[in-house]
Amino acid sequence: MRVDGKGLIERSQPVSFRFDGNTYRGFAADTLASALLANNVRHVARSFKYHRPRGILTAGSEEPNALMTVGRGADADPNVRATVQELYDGLEARSQNAWPSLGFDLLSVNDLAAPFLGAGFYYKTFMWPRVFWEKVYEPVIRRAAGLGALSGKQDADHYEKAYAFCDVLVIGAGPAGLMAAWTAAQSGVRVILADEDSLMGGRLNAETLTVDGKPGAEWAADMVAKLAAMDNVRLMSRTTLTGAHDGGTFGALERVAHHVNGTPKGGVKETFWRIVAKRSVLAAGAIERHIAFQNNDRPGIMAAGAVRVYLNRFGVSPGKAVTVFANNDDAHRTAMDMQEAGVHIAAVIDCRKDATALGDYRLIAGAMVSGGHGRRGLEAITVQMASGREKIATDCLAVSGGWNPTVHMTCHMNGRPTWHDAIASFIPTPGAIPGMATAGACNGAFSTAACLAEGVSAAKASLEALGVTPVVMDVPQADDTPYAVEPLWAVPGKGRAWLDFQNDVSVKDVKQAAQENFTSVEHMKRYTTQGMATDQGKNSNVAALALLADATGRGIPETGTTTFRPPYTPVALAALGAGAQGKGFAPERKTTSHAATVVAGAPMIEAGLWYRPSYYPLPDEKTWRQSCDREVGWVRNAVGICDVSTLGKIDIQGPDAAQLLDFVYTNMFSTLKENRVRYGLMLREDGFVMDDGTTARLGQNHYVMTTTTAAAGQVMRHLEFVTQALHPEWDVRIMSVTEQWAQFAVAGPKSREVLNGLLDQPIDSDAWPFMSCGPVDVQGVNGRLFRISFSGEHAYEIAVPSRYGDSLFRLLVARAEALGGGAYGMEALNVLRIEKGFITHAEIDGRMTAQDIGMERMLSGKKDFIGATMAQRPGLTEDGREQLVGMKPVGPVKQLTAGAHIYSNGEDPVRAHDQGYVTSVGFSPTLGHFIGLGFVQDGLTRHGEVLNMVDHVRGIQTRVELCDPVFFDQDGGRTRD
Amino acid sequence: MRLPCPICGERDRREFYYQGAAVMLERPAPDAGEDAWDEYLHLRDNSPGDLDELWSHDAGCGAWLKVTRNVSTHEIRSVILAREVRQ
Repeated sequence: MRVDGKGLIERSQPVSFRFDGNTYRGFAADTLASALLANNVRHVARSFKYHRPRGILTAGSEEPNALMTVGRGADADPNVRATVQELYDGLEARSQNAWPSLGFDLLSVNDLAAPFLGAGFYYKTFMWPRVFWEKVYEPVIRRAAGLGALSGKQDADHYEKAYAFCDVLVIGAGPAGLMAAWTAAQSGVRVILADEDSLMGGRLNAETLTVDGKPGAEWAADMVAKLAAMDNVRLMSRTTLTGAHDGGTFGALERVAHHVNGTPKGGVKETFWRIVAKRSVLAAGAIERHIAFQNNDRPGIMAAGAVRVYLNRFGVSPGKAVTVFANNDDAHRTAMDMQEAGVHIAAVIDCRKDATALGDYRLIAGAMVSGGHGRRGLEAITVQMASGREKIATDCLAVSGGWNPTVHMTCHMNGRPTWHDAIASFIPTPGAIPGMATAGACNGAFSTAACLAEGVSAAKASLEALGVTPVVMDVPQADDTPYAVEPLWAVPGKGRAWLDFQNDVSVKDVKQAAQENFTSVEHMKRYTTQGMATDQGKNSNVAALALLADATGRGIPETGTTTFRPPYTPVALAALGAGAQGKGFAPERKTTSHAATVVAGAPMIEAGLWYRPSYYPLPDEKTWRQSCDREVGWVRNAVGICDVSTLGKIDIQGPDAAQLLDFVYTNMFSTLKENRVRYGLMLREDGFVMDDGTTARLGQNHYVMTTTTAAAGQVMRHLEFVTQALHPEWDVRIMSVTEQWAQFAVAGPKSREVLNGLLDQPIDSDAWPFMSCGPVDVQGVNGRLFRISFSGEHAYEIAVPSRYGDSLFRLLVARAEALGGGAYGMEALNVLRIEKGFITHAEIDGRMTAQDIGMERMLSGKKDFIGATMAQRPGLTEDGREQLVGMKPVGPVKQLTAGAHIYSNGEDPVRAHDQGYVTSVGFSPTLGHFIGLGFVQDGLTRHGEVLNMVDHVRGIQTRVELCDPVFFDQDGGRTRD
Repeated sequence: MRLPCPICGERDRREFYYQGAAVMLERPAPDAGEDAWDEYLHLRDNSPGDLDELWSHDAGCGAWLKVTRNVSTHEIRSVILAREVRQ
């Protein structure tokens, strides 16, 4: 119910929302949780395992119970914590994990069967038969368990990645964080202040305390306004720091559009930030812990600090007759604040015998709450006193077992927290994260005055580390009441007392784990599933390990903690992978002929990041094969044009350029004459083939190397390694010029005729023999011409600066078409090169030696080169290796398939009999049958043998004859003519 | 993780290509023998603590770097250009 005169909500802005089909009213600045409590909705969820009725426990991101699905259809977000979901007009929320309804849930029978469903139940019960594991047990268990579900529809919302840099990152904007940010900002460094809440101020917005004589919330708002006015400060609200990573890098999730009805057009729903900070101040606050007793999970039993949040920030009382159960003074504030707001306090139960009342309410000292009553909402509690039991009617029990500092972030780099007896909890271990200082409640300092002072000192330490002189800063006046707590984890007694609400883990489960010898905290966690839910045990970890320590007779420090891992709160994969879907998945590289190729209707295929044409269909062609066959025919009989700009081009210049090439290629390049081109083979240092390609000598000290499209980056990096790391003394410079030159193959008997209509000076065979190169002028543009061939025909490659590529491609294609040819794509290119036995990375896949591909003679004996030594090791030179062969189908089935394996006659087609495999195939229109390349054991000496080809995947089997890999024009006459 | 490139300044590790141990800088002579080549190419210590490594600033200046990094804590001890190692 609402309490008049309290809260920071906008009472002038009423909003309407729906929960499970019912319409309710709330106010702007409410959360979904506060609005539900204001409407007296207490039962909001069912638990994960036993389907027990659950209510709102907390007021923050640690909430284990109030998980809901917000929105509809593709926009629906499952597992939204109602405590962090800001209310907006039209918000629609549904409960989860209940069927047919929240009030009547069939699977709540699990709760009655609970005696059989304790820790380890699944491990013990679903052991056999083994075939049931995946087919029966898992589907059934999965259906019964679980939280909210995704819609299964494409998420239409946009998510974004962003990067930010600062000198000091302050995590948390409570009193400590605000003072740290203010101190750093005043000293002139770049500051980022991030807080997961929509409203900065932390507990100052939840308490009735004052700072410098002003109400805390007002002081915080003033401070935020002052920081917002500074140019060197970036305030990031609704931003949860998810993890601390190496080198001062932090992950952060900003919830950009969860507080409005639908993501604004052009906007994003969430942004995942990577923040790099030279120093950081963690001021993450603390999380209140519960106390375990029978039925301590009844809706209406809440954290005492959360009750104050609902009252002081949202103007809501979660009950009419409120009781408090605590082991510390802090929780007494709840009674004080409620009473002052006019809410009836039925009793305050404090387990400490010497507890004193701070106000005019009934205090039962030295007593404990031993049970909660009322299945779907708290009606009464049983109080166990020295004098006996008393049942007290109450609809809201505010519980505080003390506070746990939020040390999570300090443990993200393998750090472990340190046990601190005075607060009966863990505090950060100094230096756990390089460059991070901790301040305030997360550091175990619980009074407002201590938080403010620690904020200043943490900022000062950070500034000094940066070499910046901090400004002199007065610490504001504030409450400095000492924090006194007497550990109480669980109330002795019968019945199930809950620790981990989200995974339904009880005190008994932890004790049972210890009894069954799961005494390590990591084993206990996995055996009971305590701390493994979406809240990651924020509410239950310390209590669970305290009970484990007790059950095993160890101290809490010796028992230790489980590992804290990022993210601090759940992060949607959509945010982590923002942008990396559809077009954003990978960059697209396009050649200069792309536009003309698309207009020609050519389907594109991806070659690495490049887009290249498959084939150029003509109107009457029905299949790709028809187009491919026709294009092959053009090149063999007339002329074809193909964009080969995607091949890597590396410009190499300097007096030692020749020496570099001799070192990275197996064959000689220092002997290559100017204006000549040579084919080169490149090995890795381990003796296997890395890449191949042609290199042209353009001048005495100037070469241009081509690499395959696939290995362009690898080869460039390799050359950088050789020139920088192995031979920095060589005077040579290398530069990738792949993007700078557009290069086209002009191939076929009429290729020179095409060129001679375009070049400013015509060429002939005498001046331009096979493997020659040199500068040419193309319509007044300075270009380069190479007489090289990847098709086996009389062919050239012509290169012009990229800005002329589109124009030259169109001119070349037009001239080729006039001569009975035209553009050809990758399919035809592939068939043409297989007909000639030219290799690609389908053949040189990283496991092949020069010998394997029949290029042993290219290994120069006159020099050292990369791979020279290891290419000669026994395993690479001995008989029995698989070697490159050509293949022709000779059986009744006339098809070859790449990936098929080769077996000897009369032997089962199984691994033990494997003789080799097929790497490339194509239908040769020139020869009228399928041809293939592949590797077969000792294949170089087995030409003429007929073996079995079996494609187990496609179910194709045929007989193949091994042959020379060069199928067409074996003496190369057509290339040279 | 962040690496201070001597040319570009401190950058996110995703700008860099990782090669492995800096042993690769000490290429044996062609006739150094099988053991030396085996050691150079294949045998690596795998111990916690500081390791000399090679990184390439692929998405930056293209420089090869010799980085001394604590492989347990990812603390960067020193970074020099590979071309300056022998100077």
